[in-house]
Amino acid sequence: MAFESLAEKLQSTFKKLKGKGKVSEKDLKDAMREVKLALLEADVNFKVVKDFINSVSERAKGAEVLESLTPAQQVIKIVNEELVKLMGEKEEKIQISSKPPTIIMMTGLQGAGKTTTAAKLGGIFKKQGKRPLLCACDVYRPAAIKQLQVVGGQLQIPVFTVEGSTDVVDISKQALRHAELHSNDILIIDTAGRLHVDEEMMQELKNIKAEINPSEILLVVDAMTGQDAVNVAESFNNELDIDGVILTKLDGDTRGGAAISVRAVTNKPIKFCGMGEKLTDLEVFHPDRMASRILGMGDVLSLIEKAEQAFDEKKAVELEQKMRTQTFNYSDFLEQFEQMKNMGPLSQIAKMLPGVDARALENADLDDRKVLRVEAIIKSMTPGERELRDKITPKRKERIAKGSGTTVAQVNNLIKQFEQMQKMLKQFSGMNMNKKMKRLGKMGIPKNMGFPKF
Amino acid sequence: MGIFSKIKEGLSKTKNSFNEKLDSVIKAFRTVDEDLFEELEEVLIMSDIGVNTSMEIIERLRDTVLTKNIKEPETVKNELHEILVNILTEGTDSKIETQGTPAVIMVIGVNGVGKTTSIGKIAANYKKQGKSVVLAAADTFRAGAIEQLEVWADRAGADIIKQQEGSDPAAVIFDAVNYAKNKKADILLCDTAGRLHNKKNLMEELKKIYKILDRELPNSSKEVLLVLDATTGQNAVMQAKLFKEAADITGIVLTKLDGTAKGGIVFAIKNEYDIPVKLIGVGEGIDDLMEFEAEDFVDAILETEENA
Ligand SMILES: Nc1nc2c(ncn2[C@@H]2O[C@H](COP(=O)(O)OP(=O)(O)OP(=O)(O)O)[C@@H](O)[C@H]2O)c(=O)[nH]1
Ligand SMILES: [Mg+2]
Repeated sequence: MAFESLAEKLQSTFKKLKGKGKVSEKDLKDAMREVKLALLEADVNFKVVKDFINSVSERAKGAEVLESLTPAQQVIKIVNEELVKLMGEKEEKIQISSKPPTIIMMTGLQGAGKTTTAAKLGGIFKKQGKRPLLCACDVYRPAAIKQLQVVGGQLQIPVFTVEGSTDVVDISKQALRHAELHSNDILIIDTAGRLHVDEEMMQELKNIKAEINPSEILLVVDAMTGQDAVNVAESFNNELDIDGVILTKLDGDTRGGAAISVRAVTNKPIKFCGMGEKLTDLEVFHPDRMASRILGMGDVLSLIEKAEQAFDEKKAVELEQKMRTQTFNYSDFLEQFEQMKNMGPLSQIAKMLPGVDARALENADLDDRKVLRVEAIIKSMTPGERELRDKITPKRKERIAKGSGTTVAQVNNLIKQFEQMQKMLKQFSGMNMNKKMKRLGKMGIPKNMGFPKF
Repeated sequence: MGIFSKIKEGLSKTKNSFNEKLDSVIKAFRTVDEDLFEELEEVLIMSDIGVNTSMEIIERLRDTVLTKNIKEPETVKNELHEILVNILTEGTDSKIETQGTPAVIMVIGVNGVGKTTSIGKIAANYKKQGKSVVLAAADTFRAGAIEQLEVWADRAGADIIKQQEGSDPAAVIFDAVNYAKNKKADILLCDTAGRLHNKKNLMEELKKIYKILDRELPNSSKEVLLVLDATTGQNAVMQAKLFKEAADITGIVLTKLDGTAKGGIVFAIKNEYDIPVKLIGVGEGIDDLMEFEAEDFVDAILETEENA
């Protein structure tokens, strides 16, 4: 049950429109359905998806998509922008209290990863030169205290425990006193996992909160959570007024739609994400990256943006026409290169393509100086040669080489590349974007190849 | 007194705007129309059954309604109930096999789903039946995991075979097999470290453990139970797929059903991999484990009051 990427689906939704020109409202509705299904498959809550689709549809109905020559890309762009907007546009940090210690309380369901994450957080602060103290308030799960002691020990962070006590309010109060006495400027309290519907246990957290007034109450959420994420997040937030969220187990292959659900119902930022079992595997959360992950698109979005900036849409259509009628010539080839130049270094662009093998890239020669050489060679051709009316004979090759300051071998090389590209374009014009990308990946990037329109 | 009263109790605890009651949905309809199907589909999706599986189920429901010429929304609900139960029970048996001395039960799953706790509960259950039980502490990786299992062994009155944290889990299994053989124990329960299914080397480790059990106890039944957290969404399908490649999963333990999550993903897993749910976890206590009953489970998903 591998996920098909949203980009691929939208591409095929809009494919039937090729050559038809404008996009109708019905087409747009079909596209929105694809977006909806993709988000649901990614575990975003049903209600959240509904609201989201409504707002995206509104925007898409504006001229933006309907008039666009690249409707699929436009839809992806809008969806992504709205998603990032919903997720919070920037990275968020832990608030450091002006009066130490900064108290951080970890909360969440059973098995979410609170204990490990508490230690990881401590590790981050320790690295920053702070003096964290961990406090074990999970007095219920067998060996939970032991677990915190072990991971604390591994990081050389002190762990505060009260042997035999189950009074967590008292334990946290004592921990605070201990931190003050030992000038620990960060106090991280690990609590037992609990169900959001367990009133007694939720009251326990409220009691701790009332007693020691944490500056950060963090909800730890398993990235694999499904539809129920909204219930959990809403309850914890209502009861405790949380300050942020940590998303764990993102090193798995889940799409992680719960991130959107949680954010949508609490409007609290996701601050960190857990990326593995090692105690250093905690990273600052990047909302934009998460949006792409949920949509399943890698860096395709930034590529689209770059391409958009660089490509003149009218020229793109002309080129497409040429591809179809197979009149692609050296002038077009040159134009491709010029547009590529506007997009930045070739190697950087090629790396953004999904499915392109990074190792293949290392061998491929994407030297920008070679691009200049290609330009020089084509510019030394006569109009007849460039437009394929005149066959390039050995004699002409010599002339071109001389004119461009290159060798006949280099001219031959370019001609070979051009013909290769011509052949490829013929195949490409019938394929959708994703297949093109895969194709590129398989072939490795041919030397100095220009890319057709995206 | 339905054995699922506990689940339902949990479910009805939330008066949450996000929880739609199917009954109220049904009551809002006088006739069977497209909107009703759409609402039903929504209820299914909201219980993590997944878009595709939900659409398939509703498609089946539509066919049935058409062929049986059903006009009553209430009857539609009963048909849906039946379809759901059928998916879960079709051609499978949810009994736990315990042949051989010892019979092997290996417990696997991603991190934090409830493997160790379920083992504690299962052990207690067999002890209650007068059987001798050995636990193998093969989670040698997670801090405190061995101590956690020790507490459960103690609570259940089972023997435990362990080594130090960080030792080779395969060696622990090997020890435990020999111990259980010598003691002529009835049940050997193997705890394993939580691991994400996309970590190749950790899945290889699991394969190795399974192979040892298979080789050393050729005449014993081997239950491989995949523990799934009911709050998990669509990723559980990938979990089932990849864990199945490492060890021959014979059943699912669906935990944390005492929360508000419904665990609907098991429909997709049953559909695609024909793995039945065998046990469910409904709390953190030693008795909070039950045999899976499809009827009750579907009741809980559809939140109907009758068969309670
Ligand atoms: N509410 C509830 N909690 C459960 C249930 N089963 C397990 N838990 C809790 O979930 C948490 C994790 O359980 P464990 O048994 O440690 O899970 P595990 O799969 O062994 O975890 P790792 O070994 O760390 O991968 C503990 O706090 C358990 O008490 C259940 O059915 N309901
Ligand atoms: Mg465990």
